Amino acid sequence: MSFQSTKDYIVSAELALAVNAAISLEKPLLIKGEPGTGKTKLAEQLAASLGTQLIQWHIKSTTKAQQGLYEYDAVSRLRDSQLGDSRVHDIKNYIKPGKLWSAFTATKRPVLLIDEIDKADIEFPNDLLHELDQMAFDVYETGESVQAKVRPIVIITSNNEKELPDAFLRRCFFHYIRFPDAETLKAIVDVHLPGLTPALLQQALELFFGLRDMPQLKKKPSTSELIDWLKLLLAEQIPAETLAQSKEKGGLMPLYGALLKNEQDVALVEKLLFMAKRAGR
Amino acid sequence: MLIEFFLTVRKYGVPVSITEWLDLLKALDQQLVFANMAEFYLLARLCLVKDEVHFDKFDRACAEYFEAVESLDLASLIPPEWLVPNLIRQLSQEDKAALQKAGGLEELLNKFRERLKEQQERHQGGNKWIGTGGSSPFGAYGFHPEGIRVGQQGSGQRRAVKVWDERHFADLDSKTELNNRNIKLALRQLRRFARTGATLELDLAGTISATSKQGGYLDLQFQRERHNAVKVLMLFDVGGSMDDHIEQIQQLFSAAHSEFKQLEFFYFHNCVYEHVWRSNKRRPQDLMSVAELIRTYHSDYKLIFVGDATMGPYEISYPGGSVEHFNAEAGAVWLERLTRHFVHYVWLNPQPQDWWRSYPSIGLITQLMQRRMYPLSQEGMAQAMGSLLKK
Repeated sequence: MSFQSTKDYIVSAELALAVNAAISLEKPLLIKGEPGTGKTKLAEQLAASLGTQLIQWHIKSTTKAQQGLYEYDAVSRLRDSQLGDSRVHDIKNYIKPGKLWSAFTATKRPVLLIDEIDKADIEFPNDLLHELDQMAFDVYETGESVQAKVRPIVIITSNNEKELPDAFLRRCFFHYIRFPDAETLKAIVDVHLPGLTPALLQQALELFFGLRDMPQLKKKPSTSELIDWLKLLLAEQIPAETLAQSKEKGGLMPLYGALLKNEQDVALVEKLLFMAKRAGR
Repeated sequence: MLIEFFLTVRKYGVPVSITEWLDLLKALDQQLVFANMAEFYLLARLCLVKDEVHFDKFDRACAEYFEAVESLDLASLIPPEWLVPNLIRQLSQEDKAALQKAGGLEELLNKFRERLKEQQERHQGGNKWIGTGGSSPFGAYGFHPEGIRVGQQGSGQRRAVKVWDERHFADLDSKTELNNRNIKLALRQLRRFARTGATLELDLAGTISATSKQGGYLDLQFQRERHNAVKVLMLFDVGGSMDDHIEQIQQLFSAAHSEFKQLEFFYFHNCVYEHVWRSNKRRPQDLMSVAELIRTYHSDYKLIFVGDATMGPYEISYPGGSVEHFNAEAGAVWLERLTRHFVHYVWLNPQPQDWWRSYPSIGLITQLMQRRMYPLSQEGMAQAMGSLLKK
């Protein structure tokens, strides 16, 4: 099993190595990087290219580790007992398997995505140490023990909102997705928008990288924003010449709202472009 | 095998444990990479480094281990503002051809050191000095066939040196200045929860005991939601030398504002004297005496001073030392009154810690703060919050 760029997703050599190492050494892979660099997409594409099931566990601030294993629905059992339902005698009826459980019991090695692990409580990763290490856990209510038949490929993403504990990090491989360079970005755009004329792409990328190089932007535009912007340019049928003109004239690029997400940034860029134009004269 | 490499990586302060080490050996054993230095570097980083703040240290360790160009560490000596990426000059082919190659690597480094000594200010363009966008062999974003790249992000010509010497991750080290999000995270450590407000949350323990009392019939109990109950009092230094740090302070201020419900803040200039004020515009009408401040806010408020503590030492230690008015009692006396009243206090200083020793006033304030002065960096913030939480 090895993972390469697909027709929908471009993988850098670094990332491919990281994913392949995680697959063959059976360790979870922790992915960090700027928002919009395709962290979550990676798991989807990996599952698709291996032709296996993708189990997604999206973490929220209220998510508990236990919910990933199983949940014991005590309230409905209590209700059933008061209504005299016969199901109440078997506790198994009230145990609902979580995402880890379904990943462990899958017959074909699945991809398990634990998305945005940093959103959860600080203790969350610590509560999963044993489960991710041994790929096994016990169900205390029934005395059952769940053991992974095949170790799932675990992809964990983080946006760096909280520091993860050392013990957890030691059990993972770590990869930081860097912002792609111009070449890679071109390849990515080709994959998403094959109908783009090279002239338009060239102009758009120049404007885009110019924007990213501007100091003090609050939110730098990322790959996903570039793609949205290009889609808009296509939809509005804006030709490459218009972009070139906008660069020439100074001032904001057409449809800048797709790239800049904050009014201070818009003001800043407008000012800088105006100054650049004056200096260029 | 490769034990020396392991030790070198640890020497540079990358937290690597034996478990991770064995992982790397296992990965090599499985021949994930074979006889390829660049791939080995990637694999080693994947296995050993678990946080991008350590990438820079790891890169330096690799540089040493692979006996590459250690001296490129010179890059860290150059103030980053010289290299702010705002100018990339596009050189034509003729220009490139016209560039002479400087002798060998040694030659280049020697020249680099010389230039570094000669040059005193930021530089951009041109073909001699170290700066951005020019065709001198030294600097960033320019073109010279054998150039030394200094702190450049992205790939200009992608011709110089090896991957680990590019040190792409230098700007992610934990000593770097904070952005708003990091500040919020640091401040978040201060959270202390208490239950207030409407009863919306299911109280499980209460429900169980109430249900048992009812003989098994479900009796749901609710309780109030948890809210952050920490109380924070911040005093900001404004004006004068603080103007250099205004952006950083604004970020801290906005982060604190969104993070704490019970946040009180006041301003002072250079050192705290009889009065502080709440609005700089309405300053004459809006004064609040520090004595009143001490009476108003209970000692369980966490007191955070924010200031560069850079002033004449007499402004702290002598009556009448204030640069704005005649103060009957010295600033030190007022600071002591505050620190005696409040149990938890810290001083956050936006000046880089390396410069602290050159200002006697910083030493004085540090003493008055019982050494609880911390730099306004990610690390410093974490330490400061830790100190505020101590029992």
